[in-house]
Amino acid sequence: MAKKKNDAPKTASDPALNRDLLRSMLLQRRFEERCAEAYALGKIGGFCHLYIGQEAVSTGTISLLRPDDYIITTYRDHGQALARGMHPRAVMAELFGRSDGCARGKGGSMHMFDKSLNFLGGHGIVGAHVPLGTGVGFAIKYRGGDQVCICFMGESVVNTGAFHEALNMAALWKLPVVYIIENNRYGMGTALERASAIHDIYERGASYNMPRAVCDGQDVFAVRTSMQEAIERARIEQTPTLVEVRTYRFMGHSMSDAVSGTYRTKDELEEYLKRDPIMLLRMHMQEEGELTEEDLHTLDEETKVVVQDAWDFAEQSPEPPVEALFEDVVVDTTSEALAEPVAAD
Amino acid sequence: MPVITYRDALNQALREEMQRDDRVFLMGEEVAVYQGAYKVSKGLLQEFGEMRVVDTPITELGFAGVGVGAAMVGLRPVIEFMTWNFAVLALDQVLNSAAKLLYMSGGQYNIPIVFRGPNGAALQLSAQHSQSFESWLAHIPGLKVVTPGTPYDAKGLLKSAIRDDNPVCFLEGEMLYNTKGEVPEGEYVIPIGKADLKREGDHCSIITCGKMALVAVQVADQMAKDGIRVDVVDLRTVRPMDVEAIRTSVEKTNRAVVLEEGWELCGIGSQIVDYIQRDCFDSLDSPVVRVHQADVPMPYAKNLERAAKPDVAKTIAAVRKVMYLD
Repeated sequence: MAKKKNDAPKTASDPALNRDLLRSMLLQRRFEERCAEAYALGKIGGFCHLYIGQEAVSTGTISLLRPDDYIITTYRDHGQALARGMHPRAVMAELFGRSDGCARGKGGSMHMFDKSLNFLGGHGIVGAHVPLGTGVGFAIKYRGGDQVCICFMGESVVNTGAFHEALNMAALWKLPVVYIIENNRYGMGTALERASAIHDIYERGASYNMPRAVCDGQDVFAVRTSMQEAIERARIEQTPTLVEVRTYRFMGHSMSDAVSGTYRTKDELEEYLKRDPIMLLRMHMQEEGELTEEDLHTLDEETKVVVQDAWDFAEQSPEPPVEALFEDVVVDTTSEALAEPVAAD
Repeated sequence: MPVITYRDALNQALREEMQRDDRVFLMGEEVAVYQGAYKVSKGLLQEFGEMRVVDTPITELGFAGVGVGAAMVGLRPVIEFMTWNFAVLALDQVLNSAAKLLYMSGGQYNIPIVFRGPNGAALQLSAQHSQSFESWLAHIPGLKVVTPGTPYDAKGLLKSAIRDDNPVCFLEGEMLYNTKGEVPEGEYVIPIGKADLKREGDHCSIITCGKMALVAVQVADQMAKDGIRVDVVDLRTVRPMDVEAIRTSVEKTNRAVVLEEGWELCGIGSQIVDYIQRDCFDSLDSPVVRVHQADVPMPYAKNLERAAKPDVAKTIAAVRKVMYLD
């Protein structure tokens, strides 16, 4: 059932699709470069985990989804939110803690949500959202729907009990969930080999008799090929898949972590930078004659304008009013529960 | 009016709500084929099928999270914990997911879920199976915490909990399941957050919740024989707490005993005493006295367990103390 690394020949290049993929990945990259700047300026606070280096995973996966499919993810969530189509203004305003943020300034970097896009949020406790993803799969099956739920996570999640419990139930009940492990090599500063007894993480799927795959997370086409298969398996056969995507984070764990030094060397980082996912896609497109230097320049400039617009919007968005402090703790239950009780006698 | 057990009252509530709303399902350990560890779900698998009455592996953290995920996308799960002692394993999902998603998402994702099961001590189950979690849970903004003590309250409140659009922790009791009481046939609901005056009196208030409501009623009935009239305020819900009912009673009696099943430090009683000192300071004729479990893990030996638990005798002594009768 296990699959070897996918090096199947690529299908014919699709220039329009490739341009969309490039645009999506470039948006995430340029957006997060400005996040780092805003963080340094104190405009973004708290924990801020950047996704730079992993953009092929979000874009490759999400480009295959239908609008009614679901996505749930971790606290490293900006890239996936943007790839799903969340407005950069709403994401940046949330990062700035403003009232026009997607969570009205109450969630911040780790908690991007957009119900209209079935984007079920960034979750802050490692592993805790994996059972939620299983629950979404349960709900799809309960209703007899043909959506799928994509559950993104980092490789450190696989050592939590929540991961084990959630994958066991998903396989036991045959739920339409694709569990995507973005193996970026480090759980904060602890290398995979120092945290997991198994280094081929996709093999964890064997414990649950779950179909599994591994792919190159720097190659957006490889990601799409793997995910296509997993998504179809979920949609058509109602069977979950565990996909390990081998990628690398070019930044520190969060903004307070140096890019290299204590737990990884500069040499290692530089080696991985040679496989920048955006660069690989751009080179492919240039080789295929789908993209000129001028096209690339134009696309990049357009992207920067979008990001600057998001920045300006966020800066102008008001702080949440103090009254908002006590809003959204509980919803008013307006259902029949509040109907007059029938007397006992 | 029919007299039924607390167990059957819960069963009726589940059945009626599942008939009323297809989105409601029951999930937990032994709820389906086994018919419920305490038979609360008896017959439900046969009536509703295995998609709506779902046996899980022993995996509290996992299935609590499955419930939250299903609730995020529109279902209305009832998650049964075989006991709240085991729910400690799932506390992350209750605290960090169910209770917070509405707030963290800026109001986008409310979580209509019920977490239910027996709470507190039964008989000789010793330390790991005899704990009261109402104060732990009541500490958390975003939750509602319901503690019915009678069959009537159990049914009406469970129906409200299932219809509530927020996460509700519903605390039952092994020792309550066989207790009997009048429960009307047909539809009724009891609003969450409303206390009930289980006995009326003007000499002393006992403020309590859950299983201890039965103890308080026994105390009131016994003391009535000596002409002492006790007001028994059964909170029924500890979050949100019916502060108005506490105030009304204490302003009438000028004396209060606070009775709870759990430990003393930072217990539900601590909060009730705080409300009393804030709102009724000038009404008090004596300091409030608390009755609670001894500050130890629950022992196994019968005599030690008895010594650890709050009971009728200890509560009577507390009432006599606040009335300066000794």
